Amino acid sequence: MINLIYGIAGTFVLGVFAILFGLSVKGIDRKISARMQWRIGPPLRQPFRDVRKLLLKDNVLPDNAVPWIYNAAPIICLASLITILLFIPIGSIPAVLGSSGDIIVVLYLLIVPSIAIIVGGFSSGSPFASVGAQREMVLLISYELPLSMIIFTFAWAYSVLYPGIPALSFSTFEKYPIWNQFSPIGMFGVGIFLIIALLVTTAEMAKIPFDIPEAETEIAEGVFVEYSGRNFALFYLADAVKIVVLSAIIIAIFFPYNLSPWLSAYITLPHWLWYVVDVLFFMLKVVVLSIIAVTFLRTALARLKVDQIVRIYWFHLFIAGVAAMILIALDTMGVL
Amino acid sequence: MNDDPTFIIPVGPVHPALKEPIQLVLTVDGERIVGVDVKCSQVHRGIEWLGMNRNNPIQSIYLSERVCGICNVCHPYCMVMAVEEAAGIEVPERADYIRTIVAELERIHSHLLWAGVAAHEIGFDTVFHYTWALREEIMDTIEYVTGNRVTKAIMMIGGVRRDITTERAERIKKATAYYLENFQKIADIFLHDKSIKMRTRNVGILTKEDALKLCAVGPVARASGVPKDVRQDAPYGAYAELDMKAITPDMYNGEIVGDVYDRIIVRLLEVKQSVELINAALDNMPSGEIVAEKNLVKLLAMLKRADGEGIGRVEAPRGEDIHYVRLEKGKEPFMSWKIRAPTYNNVLPWIPMLLGGEIADVPIVAASTDPCMSCLNRVTVVDESRNREFALTKEMMHEMSIRKTRRLMRND
Repeated sequence: MINLIYGIAGTFVLGVFAILFGLSVKGIDRKISARMQWRIGPPLRQPFRDVRKLLLKDNVLPDNAVPWIYNAAPIICLASLITILLFIPIGSIPAVLGSSGDIIVVLYLLIVPSIAIIVGGFSSGSPFASVGAQREMVLLISYELPLSMIIFTFAWAYSVLYPGIPALSFSTFEKYPIWNQFSPIGMFGVGIFLIIALLVTTAEMAKIPFDIPEAETEIAEGVFVEYSGRNFALFYLADAVKIVVLSAIIIAIFFPYNLSPWLSAYITLPHWLWYVVDVLFFMLKVVVLSIIAVTFLRTALARLKVDQIVRIYWFHLFIAGVAAMILIALDTMGVL
Repeated sequence: MNDDPTFIIPVGPVHPALKEPIQLVLTVDGERIVGVDVKCSQVHRGIEWLGMNRNNPIQSIYLSERVCGICNVCHPYCMVMAVEEAAGIEVPERADYIRTIVAELERIHSHLLWAGVAAHEIGFDTVFHYTWALREEIMDTIEYVTGNRVTKAIMMIGGVRRDITTERAERIKKATAYYLENFQKIADIFLHDKSIKMRTRNVGILTKEDALKLCAVGPVARASGVPKDVRQDAPYGAYAELDMKAITPDMYNGEIVGDVYDRIIVRLLEVKQSVELINAALDNMPSGEIVAEKNLVKLLAMLKRADGEGIGRVEAPRGEDIHYVRLEKGKEPFMSWKIRAPTYNNVLPWIPMLLGGEIADVPIVAASTDPCMSCLNRVTVVDESRNREFALTKEMMHEMSIRKTRRLMRND
C-alpha cells in the first residue's frame, strides 16, 4: 500500500518536474541557438507561453482522420516518456520503480513515443503526415541498433566483471561507474560510445540534422501537420520531457556521479538538502548534455536526407560501435 | 489492397518551401519522385492590363517596379528601354552608368537574399541568418543611394531620377570594400561546408542539352554550362565598356555538373563580379546630364505622339527579362505591353531536375532556380460561363497568338 502511494506520488511529482524543467531546457536551447545565429532570441519563458497559447486553441480533427488513434497518440507519447523517468535515478534519489532489469524496460519504453508519433501521423490522413511517419519509422530503425549496442556491451562487461549482480540495472551503473572499470584503451571505447549516445539523442529528439519527420520546408512539419491545439500542446510537452529523459539515461549510464559524496567531507548540510544539491547538479548535467547534443548540432548543420541518415547510423556509427565493443571486450577479458 | 505503390503529394499552392503560390503535383513512390506536374497561374495580378488601359507611361514605370519585389530595377529598366526604343529617345551616357550601378547593387542584394533562402530550405537556419545579416550592408547602401530601401524608384524614361553624387559614390565604395572583405567568408560557408555539399552536390541536375532545349536563362543556364548572359551577348547600359563575361561553374573548379551546388557557385561568383563591375563603373563614370527630358509634361506629350514598338532586354538576377512595348499615336497608355520574366523559362526545367530525386530535394531544387511566381504569372484563363479555370490546348494557344500578332501588325 505504501509502495503504491509512493509510486503514484512519485509519478505525479516527476511528471510535473520533467515538464517544467523540460520547457526551461527548451527555452535555454532556443536562446543559445539564437545567440549563435546573431539573433537576440525569445525570452527563456517563451516555451511556457507557447504551451499556454496552444492549450487555448481549438483541437481540429481532420475529416479523414481516425479519431481515437489520432487523439490517443499525443497522450501515449507523453505518458510513456514520463513512465521512463520512473526507472531512472534522479541525482541521489533512487528510481521510483527501479529493479533488476530496468534498462530493458527503458529500452522498450523508448520506442513507444516514436511509435505514438508514427501512428498519430498515419491516422491524421494527410499525405505530408504519412511521409513524415514513414521517415520517423526509418529514423527509429536507424538509431535503435547503435543504442542497443551501447547498452548490451556495457551489460556484458558488468556481468563478466561482477558476476552475480544484476548487470542490466541502472543501480549497478551507479554503484560501479563505467569509466572506473577499464584501462585507458577501454575508456577510449567508452568515449566512442558516449559520442554515439549523443548522436542517438539528437536523432531521437528529431532535431536538425535529423529532423526529417518534421522537415518544415519539405513536408510542412510532417507528422504534426494536422495537429493543433491541445493535442499539439501534448506533443510539445512530450518533446520537452524527451530531452530530460534522454539526457537522464545518458547521465545514468555515463555520468552517475553526485556531488554529495565529494562535498560532504567539506561542508555539513542537513540530510534533505543534499538531495536538493544532487538534483540541482543533475539538472546542470541535463542542460549541458542537451546543449551539446541538440543546440550545437542543430545550429551548426543542415538537415540531412533519409538515405544519408541511414548510412550514418548503420554504417559509420555501426563500425565505430563495433570498434568500441572490441576495445571494451579486450579490456574486460584482460587480453591487453 | 491497392497495387500501385505511388501516391500524390501536392506541394503548393501554399507550402512552407514555396515563398509564393505555385503548385507542384508530385507522384512519389516512397521518397522517390516518379512524376512531376507544375501548375502555374496562382497569382495573376493584371499588371499589363493596367499599363495598357489605366496608366500613362510614367505611371507604368512605378507599376513595373511592382512586378517583382526583388527585381525592382530590372523590370522598370527593361520597360524604359523598350519605351525609349519605341519613341526614339537617346539616353545620356551618365544615366547609362547609373542604371548599371543600381542594377548591379540589386544583383548583389538579390543573390545574397537567395543564398539565405536556399540555406533555410535545407534546414540550415544559421547560414540564413548570417547571409541576411551580411545583406544589410547592401540594403543600407541602396537606401542611401536611391532614397528607398527596397523599391528603388530610380528609373525614368530617358534616364534616371537621381544622380550618384560624390558622397553617394563613397558610400557605394564602402559597401563594395565590405563585400570584397567578406566574400571569402560567404564562399567558405557555402562552398566548403560539408552538410551543404551533401545536400546540394548531384542534386537537381539540369544537363546542358535540357537547359538549351527548355530555354533556361540566367544562373540556371550558366550553371549547366551555357554561357548565356544578356550583359555579355547584347550589352546594354554601360556593360559594353566594362568587359563583362558570363560566369560558368568551371571557372571555379574546372567542371560542370549542372546541379544545385553549381548554381550556388555561379551566384556567389556573380556577387564578386557585380562588386567589380560597380567599382569599374564608378571609376569610369562620365559627367553630364542624367535624363534626356527633364520636363515630364513634355515627355508625356512626346510619348503620346510617338508611334512604334520597342523591346527591352535586361539580365535580371534570375536571368533574361524581356519587355515588349508598342506605342500608338494619340493614345496615352501603351497599346501593347508584354512582360516575359525569367522565372517563366526556369520553371519548366524543374521537371528534369526533380524526376528521380527525393521529396527532400524539392525545396532546394525549386529554390535553386530562384523562382518568382508573381513575376512569371501573366495570364489566368477563366471560363466565365462555367465560372472556373481551364487549361488551353496547344492549338488554341497557336490560334490566339496568330490573332494577337495580326492585331499588332495592323498598325504597320
